[in-house]
Amino acid sequence: MLIINCPYCGPRDQSEFSNGGEAHVKRPDGSKEIGDREWGEYVFIRANPKGLFYERWVHTHGCRKWFNCVRDTSTDEILVTYKLDEKKPNLNNFKSVVKTPSGEPEVGSGNFTVEK
Amino acid sequence: MKKKYSIFSLAKNALSGHKEWPKMWRSPEPREFYDVIIIGGGGHGLGTAYYLAKEHGLKNIAVIEKGWLGGGNTGRNTTIIRSNYLWDDSAHLYEHSLKLWENLSSELNYNVMFSQRGVMNLAHNEHDIKEIKRRVSANNLNGIDSFWLSKEEIQKKVPIMNTDNLRYPVLGASYQPRGGVARHDAIAWGFAMRADEMGVDIIQNCEAHQIRIKNGTIEGVETSKGFLRANKIGVVASGHTGVLAESAGIRLPLQSKPLQALVSEPIKPIIDTVVMSSAVHAYVSQSDKGELVIGAGTDSYNSFTQRGGFNIIEDTIRAMVELYPVFGKMKMLRQWGGIVDICPDASPIISKCDIEGLFFNCGWGTGGFKATPGSANVFAHTIAKNEPHQINSAFNLDRFASGRLVDEHGAAAVAH
Repeated sequence: MLIINCPYCGPRDQSEFSNGGEAHVKRPDGSKEIGDREWGEYVFIRANPKGLFYERWVHTHGCRKWFNCVRDTSTDEILVTYKLDEKKPNLNNFKSVVKTPSGEPEVGSGNFTVEK
Repeated sequence: MKKKYSIFSLAKNALSGHKEWPKMWRSPEPREFYDVIIIGGGGHGLGTAYYLAKEHGLKNIAVIEKGWLGGGNTGRNTTIIRSNYLWDDSAHLYEHSLKLWENLSSELNYNVMFSQRGVMNLAHNEHDIKEIKRRVSANNLNGIDSFWLSKEEIQKKVPIMNTDNLRYPVLGASYQPRGGVARHDAIAWGFAMRADEMGVDIIQNCEAHQIRIKNGTIEGVETSKGFLRANKIGVVASGHTGVLAESAGIRLPLQSKPLQALVSEPIKPIIDTVVMSSAVHAYVSQSDKGELVIGAGTDSYNSFTQRGGFNIIEDTIRAMVELYPVFGKMKMLRQWGGIVDICPDASPIISKCDIEGLFFNCGWGTGGFKATPGSANVFAHTIAKNEPHQINSAFNLDRFASGRLVDEHGAAAVAH
């Protein structure tokens, strides 16, 4: 189970939070001009990387505020949480542990806490 | 040579201490060029290669697999097989698959241990009752065996179930007698063996790194064993399909999440059917070894860790103990997660795409095992003919632009 650092309340158990999927998704401009395909992409398609992922969480059973997060989906390690009005962190600041696109991380999933 | 399995071959090999069994498939080094490369050596991928060779006469086929055969979701599910889906498109697809399952052991001459012990989907509230009765009617209109069971009939079939003394009492269920379970490894091994006999190269420990495209046409795939050229590539990599599509510059409407399951210590036969409950979320069957095979839910967040969150297991065990108090003191032996790729409408994608020669079979989400032979069969047709089979034409990629979704959320009888 994850310990998530709410930017407002501090570290809390995952059961207090709900996941909101990919962060920083932008509604396309020119809604009258764009076709079904672009709309479909906006509505249905979200990033799904193995590795570093911008995502949203909401502290449902706490302060009820939304915030953003960078998590490594190959290990579930949460690298940083930040408020919605903060600039999104550069992913180059973090080390991805996935060496090939579909490869497994060396320490095994979820074991990053043991490694450190 | 075609391998034959019978009581005589078993007796013969017993005499030599089971040391002389022939290898079920070769382990060739990859050739430079293939007509078709299937990425993903699970049941769906191996089945696709099998049907491509058997029904479409293609010979120069390879299946590449990053780990070992059936080590992904084929070996990580709860092996439940049923076809009682609400919408026509899904019902036709899963019923096609169920019909293939019914004949698969004899077709492959390999026992896939398909056991039609029936599948029950419980109703726990008024709304469940309405939904399930509606689904039963829809199933009957599609010629699928499915009927409503009263609480008393459930108690007769599953006497250990606690139907009344729980927060959401059991009020009835749908029942599909032709549903059941099968042996997960056997389906992968059976398909692999027979595909191999027809000349398909099955290459394990060969990870696909990047799908290469040139002028809108498929060129080949970069792998850990070098670059393999191909005319056509079928991607059947479940949770990692999105990652591979991304390498070809294609974005798919998939989200990958861990789906967990667990098994108990083996006990004497106690439950002879499959019981699924979506409101009190747990499903259970008993394996031939006697272990209870328990299915849990998916995590709420995207992840590729093949273990999943502990809270999901807690919820599932809570539901199990509530529905079956008799299991309260049992020990659980193993727990694991498989990475499932979920589509926005909870229906699969079996489709070609904008790139010529590139095909996807993905988005099976939490219910792909039951579809293994049917999915493989229609996917092979799609690859061979460059156009979908009638059965999978609705499961194309265009539906996310046209809006013609096959919305099986909840209607699939288990909500994740």
